[in-house]
Amino acid sequence: MSGHSTWPEWVYVGVVVALLCYVGAEAWNIERIVEHVPEDAEIIKVVGQQWIWTFEHEDGTKEIGELHVEKGKAYKFEITSKDVIHSFNIHDYVVLLDAVPGRVNTVWFSPTDVGEFDIQCREYCGLIHYNMRGTLIVEDKGA
Amino acid sequence: MTLELQKPRPIWQIMFSTHHTDVGLLYLITSLAFMFMGGALALLLRVELFSPGVQLIADSMTYNRIFTVHGTTLIFLFILPSASAFGNYLVPIMVRYKDMAYPKLNAVAFWMIPPAGALIWLGFADFTWYAYPTYSVISAPGPAADMWIFGLKILGVSSILGSINFVVTIMKCKHPDLPLSKMPLLAWAYLTSSLITLVAVPTFAAALLMLLTDRLGASGFFNPAMGGDPIAYQHLFWFTFHPEVYILVIPAIGFMYEIFPRFSRKPIFSHSSGVAAFTLLTIVGFASWAHHMYATGMSFTEKTVFMVGTLAAVPASAMHTFNFLATMWGGRIKFATPIMWAVGGIALFFSAGAGGVVNSAMPLDFITHDSYWVVGHFHLFVMGTILFGTVGFVYYFFPYVTGRMYSEVLGKVHFILSFVGTVLVFFTQHILGLFGMPRRIYDYPAIPEWVQMNIIISIGAFIIGIGMAIFLVNLIWSSAKGKPADMDDPFGLGGKYYFPYQAKNPSH
Ligand code: HEM
Ligand SMILES: [Cu+2]
Ligand SMILES: [Cu+2]
Repeated sequence: MSGHSTWPEWVYVGVVVALLCYVGAEAWNIERIVEHVPEDAEIIKVVGQQWIWTFEHEDGTKEIGELHVEKGKAYKFEITSKDVIHSFNIHDYVVLLDAVPGRVNTVWFSPTDVGEFDIQCREYCGLIHYNMRGTLIVEDKGA
Repeated sequence: MTLELQKPRPIWQIMFSTHHTDVGLLYLITSLAFMFMGGALALLLRVELFSPGVQLIADSMTYNRIFTVHGTTLIFLFILPSASAFGNYLVPIMVRYKDMAYPKLNAVAFWMIPPAGALIWLGFADFTWYAYPTYSVISAPGPAADMWIFGLKILGVSSILGSINFVVTIMKCKHPDLPLSKMPLLAWAYLTSSLITLVAVPTFAAALLMLLTDRLGASGFFNPAMGGDPIAYQHLFWFTFHPEVYILVIPAIGFMYEIFPRFSRKPIFSHSSGVAAFTLLTIVGFASWAHHMYATGMSFTEKTVFMVGTLAAVPASAMHTFNFLATMWGGRIKFATPIMWAVGGIALFFSAGAGGVVNSAMPLDFITHDSYWVVGHFHLFVMGTILFGTVGFVYYFFPYVTGRMYSEVLGKVHFILSFVGTVLVFFTQHILGLFGMPRRIYDYPAIPEWVQMNIIISIGAFIIGIGMAIFLVNLIWSSAKGKPADMDDPFGLGGKYYFPYQAKNPSH
């Protein structure tokens, strides 16, 4: 059992540990940057309930299932739920955060492309979870 | 009815026995039966997802119930009992004792499984294998949900009893001439996974009770309408179930530690590295549970802590992989069915681990979380690593239990179909997740990439299904009609390599 050299294993473990340190440091740094919310972000209140999304803009306008935003602006979502846990997801913009009853979770984004994008629920929430979908509509008001 | 074993006996003699090999056999047959049942449910799901629109399953409630019972069955009624099966056979032999420390308790732990399985299958709950509140409290229909809770409760007690038995057998009944450090690695696997069970599982047992009283309206632990917090459940749940993934994987790694040296006809590269890796995982495995909860709104600091805890557990798994490869290196390898499964298992273990690192890196998890990526990730472990290791060991063990050989050709065909199928299904699911498809959905919009990938996945699933049908035929046919095995050296490895089985065990 003994008698053979063990250094290849130590080298290998060293390489693995170094890679993991790199991944961890990079992840920490990127997350720190993307979580920094710009000062001028407009607030959009998002409420999940079985099985629709409703949105309320800062000026009080409400939307159901559709969300209109302007290209280039920053938005901060304040997400909660009326019943069970849902997960608010705009996959194309890597927006993903749970809608938890009794809590308000926040995440921000800034749309860069004009067009329509899918909004969906990513946490199992019952019967119509599969179709708890909506549309993000990004418009260019400046043009 | 008699069972074709080394000496045929009526089945009731086995059922009422407390001898460790008999209890092991009961565990083995039960777990394999549940494997086929749970697998059949997966095929129903894949027919439904083959393309958008209704295919087979008429409504989403039925679909949701099927994937819930699929996951619950394969984790709790296949993987855990199959590990106990081989532990019962081998741990007493490996520590050179006549039986498990508490034979009656051992039989009791086994006999809790069938009623629990019945509760889960007769109820057919819909709230997924993790039963998150508030859905599970205010929305999931009873009595299915309550039956699931009782079923899991029973299984939790059963695995705690089983683990106490393993720990005591190893620590107290081990032959005094055998130092702990020289004990075979498979016995180490049972020692460490049992210790994890004893620390981790009671937490979930408590959470289940809280869930039940919440459902009855008597308490509001997890219900914000009554001042509770649903996130608390997730912490309790994952405090049990992240370590639980190591409870599941460690025995499978232990099987590979039996298979590789025998079929490479070479001792294990480093016994002490294996012991170190098991021990490390046992401790560090408790530092990562909330990596399942990045998207629940945790603070940056919390996320960082659990990311570091998760990454810290990776080197231990990497050490096993190295040990396996180094054991094979320069060996005279005999490519019989068991080692093929083990080699396939390492390849998939490695891929799965790489995907796990991606999940742990916080910003990337917001792309993968609760998408098909995660489904692909953990199936590469539960199927690609754990099932592969277990099935390889079932083949390895077959002559010992039945006195006959399985069909080597069918065993290899089974392996090839399973490997190809597993790669098709679970690698594709990773990519599908990157394209944003959420998990646990009954139907999906006709996004072209999603449709194409779902077709590939369903085809892959049926390839696995064919392989499993061949497995079933091989098991049944060979145990009755297979050619008698050379019990001193069934695989023709040169006798001294077939260790535990020629050890004459004082039988009843
Ligand atoms: C050793 C065997 C392993 C098993 C059996 C396993 C199993 C699982 C399971 C069952 C889930 C999903 C649970 C669910 O959401 O339903 C999961 C998710 C996860 N696994 Fe693993 N895993 C293993 C190893 C690893 C490793 C080595 C890492 C990291 C390096 C890792 C990182 C993760 C992360 C971060 C998630 C959460 C993903 C998400 O939900 O976004 N896993 N794993
Ligand atoms: Cu949902
Ligand atoms: Cu985990």
